[in-house]
Amino acid sequence: MKELMGVINLDHELDKLNELTYFRCGAAVPFASRYRLIDFVLSNMMRAELESVGLFVRRKYRSLMDHLGDGKSWDMNRKHGGLFILPPDWNDPTDTSIGDLQHYHNNLDFFKRASAKYIVFSGSQHINTVDLQDVFQYHLEKGADVTLVYKAIDQLQPEHDPCLRLELNEDNLVTEIHQEKHHPNVYLDIFIMEKKLFLEQVEYCIAHGESFFFRDVIQKNRANFKIAGYEYKGYHAVINSLESYYKNSLELLKQENYLGLFKENPVQTKIKYEAPTRYLDSASVTNSLVANGCVIGGTVENSVIFRGVQIREGAKIINSVIMQKCVIEENAVIENVIMDKDVHLSKERILVGDSKRPFVIAKSSKI
Amino acid sequence: MKKKEMVAMLLAGGQGKRLKGLTKSLAKPAVYFGGTYRIIDFPLSNCSNSGIDTVGVLTQYEPLVLHSYIGVGSDWDLNRKDGGVFVLPPHERENGSSWYRGTADAIYRNLKFVDQFDPEHVLILSGDHIYKMDYNAMLQYHKSRNADCTISVIDVSLEEASRFGILNTDEDLKIYEFEEKPAKPKSTLASMGVYIFKWEVLRKHLLEDGEKPDSSHDFGKDIIPLMLADSNSLYAYPFEGYWRDVGTVTSLWEANMDLLSDHPPLNLNDPNWRIFTRNPNQPAQYVAPEAKVSSCIINEGCIVRGEVKHSVLFYGVEVGEGSVITDSVIMPKVKIGKNVRIHKAIISENTVIEDYMEIGNDRENEDEILLIDNRSKKRKSVAAKTI
Repeated sequence: MKELMGVINLDHELDKLNELTYFRCGAAVPFASRYRLIDFVLSNMMRAELESVGLFVRRKYRSLMDHLGDGKSWDMNRKHGGLFILPPDWNDPTDTSIGDLQHYHNNLDFFKRASAKYIVFSGSQHINTVDLQDVFQYHLEKGADVTLVYKAIDQLQPEHDPCLRLELNEDNLVTEIHQEKHHPNVYLDIFIMEKKLFLEQVEYCIAHGESFFFRDVIQKNRANFKIAGYEYKGYHAVINSLESYYKNSLELLKQENYLGLFKENPVQTKIKYEAPTRYLDSASVTNSLVANGCVIGGTVENSVIFRGVQIREGAKIINSVIMQKCVIEENAVIENVIMDKDVHLSKERILVGDSKRPFVIAKSSKI
Repeated sequence: MKKKEMVAMLLAGGQGKRLKGLTKSLAKPAVYFGGTYRIIDFPLSNCSNSGIDTVGVLTQYEPLVLHSYIGVGSDWDLNRKDGGVFVLPPHERENGSSWYRGTADAIYRNLKFVDQFDPEHVLILSGDHIYKMDYNAMLQYHKSRNADCTISVIDVSLEEASRFGILNTDEDLKIYEFEEKPAKPKSTLASMGVYIFKWEVLRKHLLEDGEKPDSSHDFGKDIIPLMLADSNSLYAYPFEGYWRDVGTVTSLWEANMDLLSDHPPLNLNDPNWRIFTRNPNQPAQYVAPEAKVSSCIINEGCIVRGEVKHSVLFYGVEVGEGSVITDSVIMPKVKIGKNVRIHKAIISENTVIEDYMEIGNDRENEDEILLIDNRSKKRKSVAAKTI
């Protein structure tokens, strides 16, 4: 019997990726040539063989639902358990819950029906390859009430600023949870706790008018709960702004990052039936990631190219992220640009952004 | 079962001896093609795109890879409530058991399978060819002629004609004679091995042929002549488009090379006629700063640090620094070390090529396509020659 179930809670993730999140939530933003951000947490959950996974979303979830379907791509289209997408369709007139507690209160059946006794919670902004079963075993060994996953980061970046930090004692128990910018132990927005304790705390929080489970239960009760810290050492990127999206996309061109994210375990995504990419005689491609279905006749340098992109002869793409099905016509030049899906760029157009502040082109534009 | 207008029967039991080592442990229809596909993806995708939702796949030789590859058929949208894909290996019956004795025998032994759908027509396909074809358009032609059998044909040159089964027709494309590999061909209409029969008529002839002890139970050699002798109406259906038999190492290599021109004769990127395949779900390919890629097809999961020119790379291939690959087909998960030279070769799945190996240069016969796997000796180290 499976002892662990999963929750992906997107409720407090801010959509700060400008044009990329005007019409989709952050979890649905395309990343790394052929994935969406949510694929990474779903793949980790798939690998951990969870009984069921509930996805709590509040807004802009259309493209996310289209991407997830019945969960088949993550082997989550199961007769028992599997993937549950739980948007805010709740109509209880006596409901007094607020914040993310609304999700938990209105979906109590999802938790109660599952036979799993423990729950792993995660967001979607921290890209990682955490072995959730290993975290779970650690949680049991430690006899903890709650286990939080963190990574000690040598060189903190601006995108780490909004992340919570963990202070730990010599037994790796969490003594303080705060947001001090210069502290290295970045919390990965992943925690495990027993279902029974979770449901008790949900009820208590609602009765006391609380609105944010993590802050009002775990952060406030750090002295009353035994909170363990699990240190993760693998690939990690935080994507919570346009700048961090752009930077981490291009960082994947470094071998240690590419291999760190993809080498050990496959990342699953919605399958598209594209032919392999075809390079024409005139193609010149260096230091780039390229997905399938592309036809490339131009020059591509230090860029991330998604599925089905056409780059015609003489076109030049430098330090850019070009999403699915874009067409770049002859002799167009693009530098430091993020191009959302289905953009058509005509011949000889020149688009240059700043290397720190990329120029973003919204979905389906014709230029 | 719900009645179907037409069901497809795909003959996928062939060994394909002329593909040598490539079919050592898998059937010919499971052989890789075009950077991501297996040959059988083409007829299965054609069925799916033509709206044919019931396909029996007849297997016999080394079926393990093929069976697990087809699975429940979801990759070709053939996992249907009514119909779908059915794998049909030979089975034991009341009066004993034997292998499928020929192409017609394979259908004869599955009469009960076809009968369940009570179809008007049956489409017979083989898993040996690379082509995109709308079988529904062929069915409309077949119905408009009220034919008992329609055979898809492609116009070949007179020199080539003696390598094919040739159909001799009148001006109206009505077939009066079938000649298997004629020394002196009278026509250039070659059978593509794609047939539509009225099921009632085919059924009768299969029963008749099945009882003949001296028959080879083959569609071309036995069933078609039998039907012609019975004055059934048989028509040729002219197909225009790309069609290749990939039955030999050379023809498989050539068909792969056909994909590499800037305007390839077979468009694999057509959103209205996708070729579906089981997706190995690999990360995007990485082309390193020192790499060079041109006139080639590269699949996801590849890491390219060397030079790849006029070649096809399947998924998960790694090419080390300083290596140069030209005019070659590199099958899945091949690991190529540094400073390797590969020219005009097919490298089998999972082969490891160590640093400084040279394959295919100074060969005795320039036309020969080398087939390399982990057992082959046709490579030599050039470590002695400093590169």
